[in-house]
Order: sequence, then structure tokens, then C-alpha cells
Amino acid sequence: MGLDKPPVTRYFDWLGNVFQGDFGSSFSGRSKVQGDQGDRSREVVGLIVPRLKNTLFLTGVAALLAVPLSLILGISAALYRNSYYDRSATGVSLVTISSPEFFTAYIFILLLATLFPVFPTISNVDEDTTLIERFYRTALPVFTLTLVTLGHMMRMTRSAIINILSSEYIEMAKLSGASRYEVIVKHALPNAWAPIAQVIAINLAYMLIGSVVVEYVFNYQGIGRLMVGSVYNRDLPVVQACALIFASTYVILNLIADLIGIISNPRLLYPK
Amino acid sequence: MTSNNSKELLLEMKNIHIDGFSDERWHKILKGVDLKLYRGEILGLIGESGAGKSTMGKAAMGYTQPGCKIINGEILFDGVDLTKLTELEKRKIWGTKIAYVAQSAAASFNPAHKLMEQTISAANRAQLNSKDLLKKDAIELYESLQLPDSKNIGERYPHQVSGGQLQRIMTAMAMSPRPELIIFDEPTTALDVTTQVEVLAAMRSIVEKFNTAAIYITHDLAVVAQMADRIKVLRYGEEVEEANTREMLSNPKEEYTKSLWSVRSLIKPEETNSEHMLSIKNIDAAYGSSKVLFDVSINIPKGKTVAIVGESGSGKSTTARVITGLLPQTKGEIIFDGKPLSTKLEQRSKEELRRIQIIFQMPDTAMNPRQTVDEIIGRPIEFYHGVKGKDREAKVIELLQMIELDESFLDRLPSELSGGQKQRICIARALAANPDLIICDEVTSALDQIVQEGILKLLQKLQKDLGVTYIFITHDIATVKAISDEIVVMYQGKVVEQGLKSKILNPPHPDYTELLLSSVPEMDPDWLTNLLDKRSS
Repeated sequence: MGLDKPPVTRYFDWLGNVFQGDFGSSFSGRSKVQGDQGDRSREVVGLIVPRLKNTLFLTGVAALLAVPLSLILGISAALYRNSYYDRSATGVSLVTISSPEFFTAYIFILLLATLFPVFPTISNVDEDTTLIERFYRTALPVFTLTLVTLGHMMRMTRSAIINILSSEYIEMAKLSGASRYEVIVKHALPNAWAPIAQVIAINLAYMLIGSVVVEYVFNYQGIGRLMVGSVYNRDLPVVQACALIFASTYVILNLIADLIGIISNPRLLYPK
Repeated sequence: MTSNNSKELLLEMKNIHIDGFSDERWHKILKGVDLKLYRGEILGLIGESGAGKSTMGKAAMGYTQPGCKIINGEILFDGVDLTKLTELEKRKIWGTKIAYVAQSAAASFNPAHKLMEQTISAANRAQLNSKDLLKKDAIELYESLQLPDSKNIGERYPHQVSGGQLQRIMTAMAMSPRPELIIFDEPTTALDVTTQVEVLAAMRSIVEKFNTAAIYITHDLAVVAQMADRIKVLRYGEEVEEANTREMLSNPKEEYTKSLWSVRSLIKPEETNSEHMLSIKNIDAAYGSSKVLFDVSINIPKGKTVAIVGESGSGKSTTARVITGLLPQTKGEIIFDGKPLSTKLEQRSKEELRRIQIIFQMPDTAMNPRQTVDEIIGRPIEFYHGVKGKDREAKVIELLQMIELDESFLDRLPSELSGGQKQRICIARALAANPDLIICDEVTSALDQIVQEGILKLLQKLQKDLGVTYIFITHDIATVKAISDEIVVMYQGKVVEQGLKSKILNPPHPDYTELLLSSVPEMDPDWLTNLLDKRSS
């Protein structure tokens, strides 16, 4: 195991192996029958990959629902600023941001599983579950994740656009006869992509990591549950691998957001 | 410039009252102004900031800024009352029949779209012609506005062209749907004088070419004299007087109108001193890898005023930064009162720092908005002289009196002061250190003419009383005439010439000084025409 080497060397050895798809071995391997003298440990990769797939499916569906919805709600709230629609949308979004995931999750269970039994409370899936069945079983966790991130993204989209609405080129666009819709979509939105992409990136990362709680509530076999379980079992290699995956998610998503910021800004894209 | 009687009335604004909401209450911005404009005529609207001229210009389109509302009055454009139209009906007129050219072209173009797309957007929206024909027409407009590379300039983004070019492209944008009326709202105020001449000439020729009526809004009487057939003077939302351009210039009736060019009449006799307060010797300076100052040498005589003039990018503000130590020079040395100064700010002694003070262009951003006048002026007194308590307060009041304010200002915040008062507080803050040299970086360019005059007079008085030396950085030749003893002309990071005011302002000039001086608008309606004739010959 190389325990004779200094910790720094071991860490970089581990990191080097990660890039070759080897996360090391789990401490809690019990795959071989007792009495067997051979290797009884399990590879961390084998533990993580199916769980990661499940989590990516969950957050992917939630993102496909939440991102377009929050953009539409944010843009329309900016379009009808200070209307009753705008006020109620920003008000309700404040409530959804403030409620913790588990609370939102239990409200959904109460409403859509207990009072009106439409969806199952437990989202157990395995490799044999069909796609349609997966959608059906993960409906409640997807709704929960959507709701907790929707408000933040919507409010940010709205305020990024409203910020730009006070610029001189917006007044100029109005004075050249542009309609409200054209002013928002053609003149304000292209300049608002950078902050919007930033907040979407943070929320997507939050979804992936916030799914720890949601997975627990709905007993969903995702990477979040795996990590919590491994912490209980003192299964350090698995926890370490999960931490690395979560951290790099943040970094990569933020990098993508920065790239979008550069691409959407002609000042950065085309030099003087 | 034919007689108005034979022409058809295009716009008539009757008894316009507009209120604006700010500081938690409604203020009257316009108090019953009338305006008439005939087809093909250019009307100049002038006044100081807050006179309501911009509001009037926008109201001519039936538009008010958010937070403003039209209380009373009629706006008849081509016989239709714009105040009675719905938003949708007004939008059909905006951009196509009435176009608007804003002050800051750099801020008024959408940074996300190409210039061509923005130029033809209004005409394209109204589907006046096919997109290809509109583009072809826009290129012709660019050409007649003498834009370089007129075929391809439309494919660039706003940040890729200069301020003067953007202002001309905005004129092309206004002209693209061939409107009947264009509102020019201070279109050249943000430009250098040398660029201003080109833009003015281009705008005038294109307006004449298509016989478009225009309202030209500015605070600069000399500029409006080149453009307008008729001039209307506004003050505090009311009309002061209106007359034909020539009549207004030769025979203004109201005192207020005369005071509008008062700075231009302020003249100071020049003096010099062979003893130097500050000598800059062969300075080079750079921002990162781009070099901005090349072998600059300037001598500042003790107790006198040296004006550094030049257009934006000439290196005049950079010179100030080098003197203060904010930007260390890469070569050369600065001798202050006989001793060399350290290049770096951190290495200068407190005493050296005290003796050189700076006053900035924008008093709004140069003061901490959360500090009272007492704290702003009191800090340098405490910091440099260690004076505290009662003595400090007495000193602050003394300084306030010096800048012609009184102790009732002690507890005010910068937001409770007018622009001129803010700049006075900044002057007092500089004086509080009891300096030998004050660098004034465009201190009057953000102020109105009358306020400018007050500040310049105050600075002169302070020099007489305290013997302080000034370096006066400016692009405005009228200010230079009013305050300086010596002049340094800078261009592209180099000193073009330096000498006594009388020597620099009178011929013979080097080429650049000639260009700069001849570009300063004069109170003569034929000035631009004569200048263009002279330059083309």
C-alpha cells in the first residue's frame, strides 16, 4: 500500500492513479466468501460509477426542468416588472429558497404521495428499471431539487436583466422604437448571459451536492447516499473519491460559466 | 438658413410642464415652455445642467424618462398630439419619424451587437426597405459622414471604434430611416475639440443634405452657434430668451445669456518665476507594456500656474500620476524644490506627500459619500499636522471660509452639496495639508460655465493669498486662457511645446498646437464654415 512513503507522495500517487480511472480500493469490501485467502477488497470505481450515474440522471432531469423554467420566469418577471405577477413570483421564490430541501421534500411527499397518491415516496431504481419507470419513480426528488434551485436562478436572471435596463443603450433602443419584448430579449439578455451563466453553474453544482439530502429522504441509490454511508463506515477511500468528484464538479461548472461569459461578450472575444 | 415664415410647421410644443420624482418628492423640471420648429430648421436648446433642456428634447418625442411625467401641455408633431398617443403608436414614430442622438455614443450602443445591425435596426423594424438595400444605404451614410473604411466599419463592435467615430455612426443610425426630426442631445460634449470639429462638420452637412429638422441640445454656446438657425436659452425649466443665432450672439438681451460665456471673458495677466517649484527631467512612463510618456521634461515656476493641455490619450493625466508617485516612472527624475523625489509613493516622506496635493475631475467619486464635510477636511489636518479637537475644528471652519462657504456645511454629506460646492470641498481638502503644489486634474470640466468661473476665480484668489503653485491639467482652451501663466502642449505622450501663455497662444505654432487651437469653437456662426474652407484649401 506504500505506507512507508511520505503522505504528500502518497497523495500525488493516488491523484495520478485517479486520472487513469483507479480510485484505489474500498476498506469495506466483502465480495469474496470467507476463508478465501485472496484479495477481498472492492475497487472504489466499481462502487461509485453506478451511483454516480444515478445521481447524474437525477440532477440532469432536474436541471433540464429548472434551467429553462427559471429563465422563462426570470425574463417574464423583468418584462412585467412591479406587476402582480412579478411580485408574486419573486415572493414565492423567496419562500422556496428559504425552505431546506428535506422540508420541501416532505411537503411533496405529503401532497403527492400521501394525500393524493400519484408518485411513490421511495425512489429505488436499479439497472433493470426502464426509462419511463425511472422518470416516474424519481419525480418527487426531481421536483424537490427543481424547486430549491429555481428561485435563486430566477431571481438572478431577473435582477441581471433589470440591472441592464437602466443602461443608456436600453433607453436608446426604446427611443428607436423597440418594443418591450425586443428590448429585453434582444438588447438586455445578450449582455446578461455572464451573470446568469454564473448562477446557473453554482446551482447545478449545488443540485449535485444538495442531492445528498434528497437522496436520503427518498432512499435513492445515488452518490450522496454512498458518501454518507461511507462516512459511517470510516471507508476513507470512497469518501475521498466522492469529495474529489464533488469539488471538481464545482470547478468544472464554474469554468464553463466563465467560458460562456467570455463567448457572450464581444469585448473579450474580439480585441480592439 | 432661410426665413421661417415660408416654411411649414413640423413640431409645436405648447406650455409643457414636466415633473420628476427624486429625493422622495416631485420636483418641477419644466414650467411651461413653448417651442416651435419648422421643417428643415435647426433649433439650438442651451442651458446649464438642470435647466431641463434634455427633458425638453426627449419630450419632443413624447418620451419622458422613468420617474418623470408630463403634467400639462401639447406636443404637436406633424399635427398629431404625441401626449395622446398610446405606447404602441408612439413606437411607430420613434426611430423612423423622430430619431435621437445621445450624448455618450460609447454607452448608447449595445455592446453585444455589431454596428451595422444597430444602424439599420429602426428602418429594418419598420420594414422601410429590404435589409440589403438598407445596408447599402448605411454604407453610403458612413461615407458621407467621412468614416474611415466605410464598407467594413459596420461589421465591427462598438468597443472597436473610437468615440468620435461612434458619434458619427450614431448620426448615421438616426439618419438611416430618413426621419423628419432628429434630436441631438449634447452629441459632442464627450469628445476632444479636434474630434468635435470633424463630428460637427459631418453632422451639419448630412442634416443639410437631407433637409432634416433638428433640435440641438448643448451647454456650449459656441458649438450651437455653428449648428443652429435659432437658439433658445433655458434656465430652471423656463425660457430665458429666444432669437436667431446671429442676433443672439451679437446682441443677447438677458444678463443670464451673457453670463453663459463668462469663462471665456476671464483673462489673467501672465507672470513667470525663474525659481522652479518642480522640474520633471526626461521622464518615460508605461502602463504595463504600453509606453505612454516619452522623454517628458517640464518646469513648473514657483507660485505660478502651468496649464498642461492636450486631448484624451495625450499623457497629461499620466504626467500627474507620475508626479504624485502613483505611477513610478521608468526613466528620468523629478526635482521638487531643489531635491529629487523618490519614484515610488511608499518611499516618499510624509512631508513630501503633504507638499504635493491633487484635486480630481469628478468631485462625486473623489469623496467618501459616508463622511461629512467636517471629516473630509479634518482628516488631512489631523494626519499631516497632528491638530485635534477644538483647534482642528477652528482650522476646518477657517478653510471653509477660505473657499467661500461657512460652518453650516460642517455636518453635511457630499450628497447634500451641489457640484460646485463639492469641488470647493475638494479644494479645501487639498489646502488642509498646506501644500506648495496642487495638481488640478480637469477640475472644472464636469461643471457648468458659471460654476466654472467661480471655481477658477477662487483658485486664483487662493494663489494670490497663499502663493501656492498649480499644475492645471485641462483640454479646455478657454480655461487655459483664464488661469495659466505658462502652457505645456502635449500630444501622444510627448511635449509639443512649453512656454509663456502669450508665446504659445500666438503664432507661429507647431502643427499640432495650430490644429488644437483652431479647433476651439468661437462665438461666430461662420467659424466652422471658415475653418473647413481654410483646412481644405
